[in-house]
Amino acid sequence: MDASLALRPYLAVCATRFALLLQYRTAALAGFATQCWWGVIKILVLAAFYRSDPHQPITLAQAITYIWLQQGFLAVLPWNVDAEITQMVETGNVGYERIRPIDTYFYWFAREAAWRTAAPLLRVVPMFALAGILLPLAGLGDWSWRLPSSLTAFAFFVVSMGLAVLLSAAITVLMDIMVTAFRTSRGSGVVAGFVNALSGMIVPLALLPKSLQPLLFWQPFAGLVDIPYRIYFGNFAGAAALWGLAAQAMWVVILVLLGRLFMARVMARIDMQGG
Amino acid sequence: MPQILVDGLSKCFRVAVRDPGLMGALRGVFRRRTREIVALDRVGFALDEGELLGFIGPNGAGKSTTIKILSGIMQPSEGKCVVDGLVPWRERTRHVARIGVVFGQRTQLWWDLPVVESFALLRDIYRVPETDFRRTKNRLVDLLKIAPLLDTPVRQLSLGQRMRCEIAAALLHSPRILFLDEPTIGLDAVSKLALRDFVKALNRDEGVTVILTTHDMHDIEALAERVIVIGHGRILRDSSFDAMRTEFQGDRRLIVEFEQAVPDVSLEAARLLSREGLVAEYAFDPRATPAHVLINRITTTHAVADIRIEDPKIEEVIARFYALHGATEA
Repeated sequence: MDASLALRPYLAVCATRFALLLQYRTAALAGFATQCWWGVIKILVLAAFYRSDPHQPITLAQAITYIWLQQGFLAVLPWNVDAEITQMVETGNVGYERIRPIDTYFYWFAREAAWRTAAPLLRVVPMFALAGILLPLAGLGDWSWRLPSSLTAFAFFVVSMGLAVLLSAAITVLMDIMVTAFRTSRGSGVVAGFVNALSGMIVPLALLPKSLQPLLFWQPFAGLVDIPYRIYFGNFAGAAALWGLAAQAMWVVILVLLGRLFMARVMARIDMQGG
Repeated sequence: MPQILVDGLSKCFRVAVRDPGLMGALRGVFRRRTREIVALDRVGFALDEGELLGFIGPNGAGKSTTIKILSGIMQPSEGKCVVDGLVPWRERTRHVARIGVVFGQRTQLWWDLPVVESFALLRDIYRVPETDFRRTKNRLVDLLKIAPLLDTPVRQLSLGQRMRCEIAAALLHSPRILFLDEPTIGLDAVSKLALRDFVKALNRDEGVTVILTTHDMHDIEALAERVIVIGHGRILRDSSFDAMRTEFQGDRRLIVEFEQAVPDVSLEAARLLSREGLVAEYAFDPRATPAHVLINRITTTHAVADIRIEDPKIEEVIARFYALHGATEA
């Protein structure tokens, strides 16, 4: 079977779900308002921090851009499970997913990749319009979302965000499998804690102690936020950018393999009792 | 070699049991007790290509469990099962690509999508070539009369409309085997008839092998030449429906309407079941006493306005069979 035929089901699942999720504009708008508010608060906190000690590995302007990127791409983060899969688990329907002649892992992966792409796409456009265009026009350029450091940086950033989406989808499917194994979505919030602390969501990882940097760079959650954003404003350039992409790609592969292993075990164990 | 071969198939479910009350819950923390429920107990049958098999049995008898194992989405505890040369749960993706399945109690379509988009997604999931897809889809849309529904999201369809779409969805990839798990459940009379006609034609004209489970004996009567009765996970009987009916038919009914009020009339070789005004209902065994003998007897002694003879309802036949085998719902 050639590659396009092999991939056809998964691309179709992804495209269909992507189109469906793009319809949820009201939720995106509500999220946008909240994210603006959070962005302002976080920037004020960072500004105070830089005033006390301006010598940091990234400049204040870069840190501010980091915050706006966070707010714009917030919905990339894998901090919740797929509500439809939770519902399938709770109603006992999850086993019926296996009636399709496709690999259940990649079937779910395609769903989640669509979700982690469509949701941020709806939010990032208005966020950039506000923080990247309106703020400078209003004379608040110091507080704005800056353009990428170069065209090359932007190209690397696009690739890196793509990998961030795949990484997020892999983590989301792991959470889905966890829900399936335990038959409840309670407890999946633990993952959100790790995502927040280790991705750079709470504090840009560059601002954490120097001795921790290698460790922070090579853990899976950095690839969701910290690596792509630092590539964007040129903090990771050249070889550093390539290492960043490599770290992301490595974690995608590891988490996909792990997910497939768990999926096979959980699905073999599923019993569907009752009519 | 039969197309579907099932041999010694068993399935046990392990369920956690908890003693009642707070102490019971506490005990359960330390020592978990489980109980085994036997859903299938050494079930075996063989089915040739083009056959139409009906599965009946009370709730919890093991019908759906059998379908789930046959369709590859659940593993049995023990036993053999080969469908078209494949072991369903071991070669799942190859197997499910060749079969069609409809579960009457759940939807296989996507709730939020219009029917036509669900179909397009299935086309890609089953990797059906576009030209084949268009031909099959148009034919199914015609036969099942779902053209006006295609642009409606699945969640807005009525049950009867949805079921027709489900059947179409299960056949878009032209499977040679179709499993229907309670396809008529909850449908109105018209929808049931339409569905039966469709399934019958599919089996007769295209030779698609069909296994269906149902509680509706009229489905069985209308469709299945062969019936498996299952109870408590065991096959109780595997025969043609007609044979079963003749054997378990039991008494026939004789309903007599007299011309004028008479005291209760007793008839030799017939039991008086009820009496309402001028109408009396008797039960008799047609093998011992033929109907014409009884009719002759009563018309010579009384003035009779009308006489009817009825077979017992199919439900009664089946209920009698279940009762005989102690197969009523656990």
